[in-house]
Amino acid sequence: MKLIVAIIQPHRLDAVRERLTGVDIAGLTVTEVRGYGRQKGHTEIYRGAEYQIAFRPKLKLEVAVPDARVDDALQAITEGSRTGKIGDGKIFVLDLEQALRVRTGETGDIAL
Amino acid sequence: MIDSGDTAWVISATALVLLMTLPALALFYGGLVQAKNILSVLAQCFAVACLASVLWFLCGYSLAFSGTGAWIGDLQAALLGNVTRAGPHPGLKIPESVFVMFQMTFAIITPALIIGAYVERIKFCAVLLISALWLLIVYVPVAHWVWGGGWLAQRGVMDYAGGIVVHVTAGISALVIAIMLGARHEFPHGIRPPHSPWMVMVGASLLWVGWFGFNAGSALSAGGDAGMAMLVTHLSAATATLVWMAIEWIKFGKPSLVGAVTGTIAGLACITPASGYVGPGAAVLLGALAGGVCFLGVLLVKRIMQVDDALDVLGVHGVGGALGSLLLPFLTLLGGGVVLARPLADQFAVQGTGVVVVAIWSAIATFAITKLTALTIGLRVDAETETVGLDFAAHGETGYHVNR
Ligand SMILES: Nc1ncnc2c1ncn2[C@@H]1O[C@H](COP(=O)(O)OP(=O)(O)OP(=O)(O)O)[C@@H](O)[C@H]1O
Ligand SMILES: [Mg+2]
Repeated sequence: MKLIVAIIQPHRLDAVRERLTGVDIAGLTVTEVRGYGRQKGHTEIYRGAEYQIAFRPKLKLEVAVPDARVDDALQAITEGSRTGKIGDGKIFVLDLEQALRVRTGETGDIAL
Repeated sequence: MIDSGDTAWVISATALVLLMTLPALALFYGGLVQAKNILSVLAQCFAVACLASVLWFLCGYSLAFSGTGAWIGDLQAALLGNVTRAGPHPGLKIPESVFVMFQMTFAIITPALIIGAYVERIKFCAVLLISALWLLIVYVPVAHWVWGGGWLAQRGVMDYAGGIVVHVTAGISALVIAIMLGARHEFPHGIRPPHSPWMVMVGASLLWVGWFGFNAGSALSAGGDAGMAMLVTHLSAATATLVWMAIEWIKFGKPSLVGAVTGTIAGLACITPASGYVGPGAAVLLGALAGGVCFLGVLLVKRIMQVDDALDVLGVHGVGGALGSLLLPFLTLLGGGVVLARPLADQFAVQGTGVVVVAIWSAIATFAITKLTALTIGLRVDAETETVGLDFAAHGETGYHVNR
């Protein structure tokens, strides 16, 4: 099993969700986060003064999938979140040791 | 003779002017600071309002409006002992109680305006001491000079609702305190932007509405003067907003909300001294000038002088109030204006004298007050408190769960 952690633009969430459900991947956790990438934030202007905004609002998605579904999930998330502009986000894939469905006690791929 | 119409309007106007401080100015300023200082700004506005009220009762009103001295009033009306149920204020058709209360709301907002200069780094006790001394040493005498029959009134200065008494005094004093207090640690490059632009807009909108009480209430009667004052106030605010937006749009590529509503306040401050004296065309002209000149005023203080007048009290209020006070004799010549009591050049000279002398007095007295405060209780919080934010460090509360 793999845990896919994706940092995306907040306004792409619905598109990502649609793609994921489209390829039958069910289960997703979303957190509001802040971060920066290569451009190290951006600037805003208020009353003529420039302010450095170090962190941009992003969403962090966590999706646990069986090994066989990783490529589908990555493709779905990428298609859903890409606008082609800077700041589109990043996806990290981590090994996942165990998963357990609380209600039934099922573990492993079947619990996902 | 008390007139019920006049009385009803001035009572309503009084409520509107209090609304300008609580909560309008508090929200306008509160939205502009960082999230970790929101409550401190609200607390400062609230406390200053209450403090000014009690001082007004003790001796402020009396020293400003009782007696015929050129420089200061007397103590005949101290503790408001003169306020009876029946009597009208001399020369007006409203009860003395209503006049006292209406003027009190002006005495509340003027020291509160200065808060914008020192937010995010001042000690709360310094706010209280400075505001109390400032009310008695700057506001009260100047109100007497201009509105209480003092030397500027005798020379015929025109300041309908406080371009000089409110905005020049507050603006200049803000600059002096900002210089003496020093900039916030991260100024100018590391400061976080306004934490809540929508709150700034709500505050500005309430200020706009409240300003109808400020300017049209200054007619102290319900009639044509009040009506015209309201009309010109609105037009100046609207025009200044559009001009400020246009400037930002051209200069920075986008018209910001914070900029637009800052333009509104500039337009309101600028029309204040002229509001009872000019007509609609003049108001649009003055609003347009306010948008442009106050924009430059903000840049001048922050960028060129590098003074951390944090929320631009001088640039917006001081510059706006002075501009309106100086231009108003000329603007009376346009349609709907009043007839000047003296030749144009003489009136302009009186206006200039008023603005300059009041500015100088405000600067000197504020310097002394701030120096005294620095030497006794101290002005600034320590560096750690400033980093943590005044909400928790000074008031033990937090406005938001995560302070950004
Ligand atoms: N190396 C990283 N480690 C942890 N989080 C990261 C890393 N790189 C990016 N992020 C997160 O992803 C978000 C989006 O990154 P972003 O898309 O701007 O990456 P980038 O490398 O700057 O690419 P681009 O040039 O396309 O903008 C960041 O705001 C941050 O939250
Ligand atoms: Mg980037």
